[in-house]
Amino acid sequence: MSPLRRFLRTPEAIAGAVFLAALFAVALAAPLFFPGDPQAIAGPALLPPFKDWSLPLGTDRLGRDVLAELFHGARTSLAVGLAAAAAALAVGAVIGTLAGFAGGLVDEVLMRITDAFQTVPAFLLALAFVSIVGPSLGVVVVAIALGAWTGPARVARAEVLSIRERDFVAGARVIGMHPLEIAFREVLPNALPPVLALSSVIVAAAILTEAALSFLGLGDPNRVTWGGMIAEGRAVLRTAPFLSIIPGVALVLTVLGVYLTGEGVVETTAVRRSLS
Amino acid sequence: MTALLSIGDLSVTYRRDGAEVAALKHISLDVATGERFAIIGESGSGKSTLALAIAGLLPASSRIEGRIDWVPPSPSRGAKDRQSFLFRNSLPLGGRDIGFVFQDPSASIDPVMTVGKQIAEVAHAHLGLAWRDAYTRARDLLERVRLPVPDAAMRAYPHQLSGGQKQRVAIAAAIAASPKLLIADEATSALDTIVQAEIVALIRQLVAEDGMALLFISHDIALAAELAESIAVFRHGELVEFGSTAQVVSAPRHAYTRALLEAHLGLDVEPLLRQTGT
Amino acid sequence: MWVLSFGYESSFAPPSVLPDISPTRGVPNAAPKTWLSCQCCAMTRALILLRRRLVGSIFVLLIVVVGTFLLLEAAPGDAVDAYIVSTGGDAGMIELLRHRWGLDQLELTRLANYLWALLHLDLGQSVTFSRPIRDVILERLPTTLLLMGSATALSFGLGSALGIYAGARPGSFRDRFLSIGSLALYAVPGFWLGLVLIIVFAVDLRWFPIGGIESIASGKTGLDRAADIARHLVLPVSALGFIYLALYLRMMRAGMAEVWRQDFVLAARARGLSRQRIVLAHVARNALLPLVTMLGLQSAQMLGGSVVIESVFSVPGLGRLAQEAVAARDTPLLLGIILVSAVLVVIVNLLVDIAYAFLDPRVGASEAGA
Repeated sequence: MSPLRRFLRTPEAIAGAVFLAALFAVALAAPLFFPGDPQAIAGPALLPPFKDWSLPLGTDRLGRDVLAELFHGARTSLAVGLAAAAAALAVGAVIGTLAGFAGGLVDEVLMRITDAFQTVPAFLLALAFVSIVGPSLGVVVVAIALGAWTGPARVARAEVLSIRERDFVAGARVIGMHPLEIAFREVLPNALPPVLALSSVIVAAAILTEAALSFLGLGDPNRVTWGGMIAEGRAVLRTAPFLSIIPGVALVLTVLGVYLTGEGVVETTAVRRSLS
Repeated sequence: MTALLSIGDLSVTYRRDGAEVAALKHISLDVATGERFAIIGESGSGKSTLALAIAGLLPASSRIEGRIDWVPPSPSRGAKDRQSFLFRNSLPLGGRDIGFVFQDPSASIDPVMTVGKQIAEVAHAHLGLAWRDAYTRARDLLERVRLPVPDAAMRAYPHQLSGGQKQRVAIAAAIAASPKLLIADEATSALDTIVQAEIVALIRQLVAEDGMALLFISHDIALAAELAESIAVFRHGELVEFGSTAQVVSAPRHAYTRALLEAHLGLDVEPLLRQTGT
Repeated sequence: MWVLSFGYESSFAPPSVLPDISPTRGVPNAAPKTWLSCQCCAMTRALILLRRRLVGSIFVLLIVVVGTFLLLEAAPGDAVDAYIVSTGGDAGMIELLRHRWGLDQLELTRLANYLWALLHLDLGQSVTFSRPIRDVILERLPTTLLLMGSATALSFGLGSALGIYAGARPGSFRDRFLSIGSLALYAVPGFWLGLVLIIVFAVDLRWFPIGGIESIASGKTGLDRAADIARHLVLPVSALGFIYLALYLRMMRAGMAEVWRQDFVLAARARGLSRQRIVLAHVARNALLPLVTMLGLQSAQMLGGSVVIESVFSVPGLGRLAQEAVAARDTPLLLGIILVSAVLVVIVNLLVDIAYAFLDPRVGASEAGA
């Protein structure tokens, strides 16, 4: 059975894929459906949802279109989630491979540094970084990656420790390949699968962290973010709770979609590896 | 000798990765009270499957047909077992009626519980003993299976024991509730040769002392011949030969049995022939 | 079964390889002398583990300190700039202050001074509060500890209990329901859950107060005060705890599925033990071990989570202090909080290591001579 068909047989994977596909569609379609500045005033302030069908989800305190903000916020969440995860995976894989392959003092030092990054709460680290450097999309991505790279690093190191004893590595050494070349051309590609298995967890965490940072006012001020929407809705929590609830639901569905898809992929590849 | 266990036309099929594997095909056997019975076969012959079927431990995905008759009356307790339909008369309860000793001693004991507690819990569960009495019984059992310093051994954890010592513990736990049948599924195969001989001798002694029937499963026909009164030879899930030890060893009827015996070279063959006189 | 965990094989995790079997192989049936000392084994092993971790932890904290110092240096403007902004002064004043506070010295000298100050537990001065950072932090610390402690107890206790409930019958309806449910719960942002709880329980139902740690100027003492604080903490603890509850639930569930497959469980069934006994005394007991390790790794995440929760519920704790520091651009204060958090995490991990040594008799056994 092809991997795709097996993937499609898992109900969780299908649900996750549907959520994610919807998210991607929303993110990509945002400028199409809602051209112009989503932060522009679109109607009367604090209009409840479902009252006016040109503003299906109502408006916020300043009269901005909630649905437009929701669509544009999806772009931020997705962009930050994917970028931060990619950065964390890349950095983590490289450091883990170096540590595992080099061994000895290099390994010890790198692992202690990894411990240090794991000891400091990731969110506090992100907070400090954004606070010092200044809030912008790129900074947020780096801030999140600063806390997230340690997981992939440990997994990569563990994989490399077992891989480097294998025959093909010894063979590469014999033909005189430079150790760094062996590490990154031979060993790293083989160590990647379990590292990549972490990717959905990291993407999900990145999306949630970005939302929390935006909620605290540390997101990119020029962009619409779901966290920022929730923060703004907090001021009118008693009178217009929908302003805080709706973006949160979007977040939950997005993160859930990421988890489910990830779980589906892991199960599909696990089954495939055990059958082969 | 009264009958203890009667197996009739038993067939077991496993479902694995969509394919069906027949592990046992139409097996019929009888075991009498106090009888020492050996089942010989190579890997995949179905001998372990038979043991698991008798003990009611087959995986839920297996398909079972036939019947197993457990003769002594046995008040079943909470018998919502999937495999209870197999047993027509009464349902033997693991621990109380049947003791099971597995092949790998390291794997059959809980690594985070003291050895004494694991034996005591069997006595507590089946004999209605209070925990204090159950512990005393466990200590006595450890002495019976010849574990040194039983009082200290009670508080030991599995990782502190050697393979042979762990197997003794497993045997103690198996006989803690004085079962009528002891099943030893390759109980010595994972042990060193000297230890193997010790464990076999121990099993023989315990079985004789308690009047238990013994179902000894092994791939080693020489070992089985030392221990058993009757031997059944299995091959690819079928019973190919059955008879008393003397008869099977000296005058095998089936070609496969003959091949098994011949596979034992040199040193083994002579003692084999000498012992079958007893 | 996929387990959501952010920290794998950390140095705070106990070795997964079992120590060697006792050295009596080859000597038939000899009794290792350590059987007799097994009662005090747990404490000995715990201390061995502690000693091992302590050295590593100090080194890790040193790296954190140096990293913090570097971040402090990277921050635009220094303490003098912040001081001038609030008090006013000219260029001459700036240079004088810089010299007096030692800010015009070499980086390495400043690092040495910083370390020296830390050894005296001096974290510097907070410009926002005009008080020593240490005092400000110590003031807020107990509240956060109370919040985190309660949330951890809730998430670990209820999470593992539900996980055992689900894992007792793998594949059953309740198992699948709890599995999907916990996944959905884990996808919820903590601050949003807090807001939802406020809307439902504080605004609509009015069962609990909206925020704060206790009723202001109520003059309550003793048990009354404790009850008041408890009432204020219910929602924040729930918000913080429910997210991680999902994590422990999934870990326990996955762990139990893993342990069910082990041979000693089949052996326990063969011995006719009751299902309840097997589930609790054997399967859950073994599956508990990775969860205890997780407690240590979790503490860092929960400290981070407390920042937003304390903000949402206006709880005057360390997390909220961090947010205030960010808002006021008080970088020394923020970094002081980071240092204290790191120390907290290290302490929690050390305590978890001790607990683990008590729970798993194999850990540290080879060195203890078992």
